[in-house]
Amino acid sequence: MKHDIVIIGGGPAGLAAAEAARESGAQDVLILEREPELGGILNQCIHSGFGLHTFKEELTGPEYAARFIEKAEQLEIPHWLSTTVVDLSRQGDSLFVTCVSRERGLQVVEAGAVVLAMGCRERPRGALNIPGTRPAGIFSAGTAQRLVNLEGYLPGREVVILGSGDIGLIMARRMTLEGAKVKCVAELMPYSGGLKRNIVQCLDDYGIPLKLSHTVIDIQGKERVTGVTIAQVDEHMKPIPGTEEQIPCDTLLLSVGLIPENELSKAVGVELSPVTNGPKVNESLETSIPGVFACGNVLHVHDLVDYVSEEAEQAGRHAAAFVAAGGREQAAEELPVKPEGAARYTVPVTISPQRMEDQVVIRFRVGRNIRKGVVKVYADDKLLYSRKRPVMAPGEMEQVVFQKAWLAGGETVIRVVAEEEEAQ
Amino acid sequence: MEQYDVIVVGAGVVGSGVARELARRKGRFLVVERAPDVCEGTSKANSAIIHAGFDAEPGTMKAKMNVKGNRMMDQLSEELDIPFKRVGAFVVCFAKEELPKLQELYDRGVKNGVTGMRLLTGEEARALEPNLSEEVEGALLAETSGIVCPFELTLGMAESASKNGVEFSFDTEVTGLERQGEDWVLHTSKGDLEARAVVNAAGVYADWLHNLVCEKKLHITPRRGEYCLLDRTAGGHVSRTVFQLPGKYGKGVLVSPTVHGNLLLGPTAKDIEEKEDTATTAAGLAEVLEKSALGVKNIPARQVITSFSGLRAHEDGDDFVLGESAPGFFDAAGIESPGLTSAPAIGEYLAELIGEKLGLPENPDFDPIRKGVPKLKEMEPEQRAEMIRENPAYGQIVCRCEEVSQGEILDAIHGILGAKTLDGVKRRTRAGMGRCQAGFCSPRVMDLLSKELGLDLTQVRKSGNQAQIVLEKTRGEDQA
Amino acid sequence: MAVIELTCISCPLGCPLKVETDQAGQVVRVTGNTCKRGELYGKKEVTAPERMVASTVKVEGGSAPLVSVRTQGPIPKGKIWDCMADIRRAVVKAPVKLGDVVVENAGGTGVDVIATKTVD
Repeated sequence: MKHDIVIIGGGPAGLAAAEAARESGAQDVLILEREPELGGILNQCIHSGFGLHTFKEELTGPEYAARFIEKAEQLEIPHWLSTTVVDLSRQGDSLFVTCVSRERGLQVVEAGAVVLAMGCRERPRGALNIPGTRPAGIFSAGTAQRLVNLEGYLPGREVVILGSGDIGLIMARRMTLEGAKVKCVAELMPYSGGLKRNIVQCLDDYGIPLKLSHTVIDIQGKERVTGVTIAQVDEHMKPIPGTEEQIPCDTLLLSVGLIPENELSKAVGVELSPVTNGPKVNESLETSIPGVFACGNVLHVHDLVDYVSEEAEQAGRHAAAFVAAGGREQAAEELPVKPEGAARYTVPVTISPQRMEDQVVIRFRVGRNIRKGVVKVYADDKLLYSRKRPVMAPGEMEQVVFQKAWLAGGETVIRVVAEEEEAQ
Repeated sequence: MEQYDVIVVGAGVVGSGVARELARRKGRFLVVERAPDVCEGTSKANSAIIHAGFDAEPGTMKAKMNVKGNRMMDQLSEELDIPFKRVGAFVVCFAKEELPKLQELYDRGVKNGVTGMRLLTGEEARALEPNLSEEVEGALLAETSGIVCPFELTLGMAESASKNGVEFSFDTEVTGLERQGEDWVLHTSKGDLEARAVVNAAGVYADWLHNLVCEKKLHITPRRGEYCLLDRTAGGHVSRTVFQLPGKYGKGVLVSPTVHGNLLLGPTAKDIEEKEDTATTAAGLAEVLEKSALGVKNIPARQVITSFSGLRAHEDGDDFVLGESAPGFFDAAGIESPGLTSAPAIGEYLAELIGEKLGLPENPDFDPIRKGVPKLKEMEPEQRAEMIRENPAYGQIVCRCEEVSQGEILDAIHGILGAKTLDGVKRRTRAGMGRCQAGFCSPRVMDLLSKELGLDLTQVRKSGNQAQIVLEKTRGEDQA
Repeated sequence: MAVIELTCISCPLGCPLKVETDQAGQVVRVTGNTCKRGELYGKKEVTAPERMVASTVKVEGGSAPLVSVRTQGPIPKGKIWDCMADIRRAVVKAPVKLGDVVVENAGGTGVDVIATKTVD
């Protein structure tokens, strides 16, 4: 069995990629989705705030997903549901996707191109090595979200939340509205990684304290959580003795970060970035393996789903072009894109002046809060672009629309610099 | 009152080992266990090593049982369909002056009957195991050392016992023991039981049970050991177990591959008062990471996916207490390391004593073969496809990290000693043991447990009775 | 006359606003903002704060036990709990279509609660 383009994942990234690929002329696109319905994690994100950028409307997750699902249905894009991809491999120039499902058993699908759109997973407790007992009542925020929003069960009545990422904040409000008492949100960093709006509307509205520079240092309870101990941390993130506070609770929710889900990428040998934990991609969002493209949270964790859709459309278009051209267009040059200053990474990591379209969106995040900042782009030492940014925060993605017209030829490196204005 | 020939107290690895060996004989046998599943106490959290046997003092029970247990493991793992790999082990030392101590270990091993040992220089050892620290001056290589999954070994023996007629009673806590004529009356949370013989395999509580009925008292100190488990991506960091020779840097910790492909670091050793304090500590986990780095370089500490601690039942006499301590009361007490390795041998030894004492005839119907839950992920594609054709539930993946299918989870729930809790499913199938640590699959596994066992979701537990996972329904219980 | 301190949520800047009101509760002055949007937010938040509410409603006879819902538009902040009480009480029969009104005039706000997903 062979398909021109196989899309792994039917969430916002996979749907947008599939639709863009189809609209760019690829006829034979197949979406593989492990859940029994399309939409991915949006199905459990029932709060509003999605789509302001794309649709100029404040939609909930399911509504945002529904727009893309409807379109996929109009375009009659085939999708296999409840189908899990268990392996991705390459033999010569051919890509093989192995998947299993109840309905079709084990299938090996040959693909002209593959779009990785598997999303991300939450960091678990173990990754933090929080000491203490191992009772029931410790949930990642997303697991709790699923239990409350899809299954209709309350995972706890007295809750402490570690981590002030947006899912943690959203769940603080959600659990409160369902009758739980959220005692506090502890955040290791001196600032929250969540959106301001969520801090105001999810915590302040309900009088839930946000304890910055605090972490959980102990978990109590033999079978079910009976309490946690939090403490303030110093500038090296080490707990400060004497600041310990024991908080009785039956539940600890963790919202301590997301990790791109790249097991399949690794299986096929895609080169990953140690910063984003996602694939290294070129201007076409193509990974180190020709014909394998990536987009959405599997590439790098996004702040807004609107940007996921936008990025995925590009990946879909490039995958279609790859298939139409019968392979990757050879380029004479690949300019590395380097993050500098507070910029931690860039997507893409290379741009080929020959291959690029008129413009390429370079996305990145900063590693610290910056007020009165500026984003600059250089080719070698030549300033190509400079724009003031009143504020940049680690929780929010930044972007620069890189223009082909900026390049005169002969450049060796593109530098993306984020810093304070006075730094120059 | 129900009457048995033998009641075994404790369904850990030792109790299950005794039960399986008893099943080779005819009689009515029962295992009582306080927890809802096998392997919930000391057997659960340890180094998962099948030791070669050079460590114990020659002539001790530890030495005898260790060497014998090690030799039994190939056939046993085959019969029980459980993973076992003879990966070999290094004991490394960090100073020239400690080399004689390696020689001592070697000599002790020879006396204990251990084969396949070699003394190597640091260079030679590093040639075999490139990630050994540059500080390693010398190493003892023990080729017969191996690794198992403690839970699967315990469950395998317990299910084999059950399949051959041994009864199991879970959630049954022993509250007292009394002599009544020639027999014993065991008081439990589920009522009184009568037996001609009692086996004490009660782990850290074995001293309590022993002291109820024996003249010579025992004293067990729970010794807590903390571990860190690393992701599979780190699993190939060493190919053998690497022990540190106690010395220059204190007791040392081990670094070992696991049968599931992870990397295990630990344990610390701390004597504690409370018999159930398996909390981990910041200091303990730091010690594990720090000490493991001494013997093995470049350990990817960022790949830690979980940490845990286990208790070892250390008896003051420093040896296993095995045998008939009161008439018809058989001890398997003070079973600390190398207890996991020794369990099958202890089972054989005690079953032999009990069989003779009670005059139990051989069970000609004993079937040594037991099948575990199939592991689809490890199968060749053709075999996997065939399995899914036969049972489509094997095609529906529930745990994405460990690639565990719904079919495997249903097998675990409906096994001989089926899983009743989230942890029970996890240990039988590995669902939830991967890098996301059940974040993704736990609601799905809970749904399956609730459907298969006829429970409401609020009644599904993580492990013990109080370990409720979700507390209430959010919408309209009354209208339902 | 009072001074209310707020964090502006109009953009990531998160300006600390001070909103001064007179005896009648009318906004006299907004300070601390860097743009016009901050001033508008400050005024609105002090005089008539509004919120969207999203939750779930029980479904009978459907492919899922719940359907996700939201208020069709923002409601007065002080009415969130009244709105939630109506949402918790509500039961709908499958099928429910995305956009269907599942609770009318939630919490007496005049705003309806609609399904945000289709449950067959």
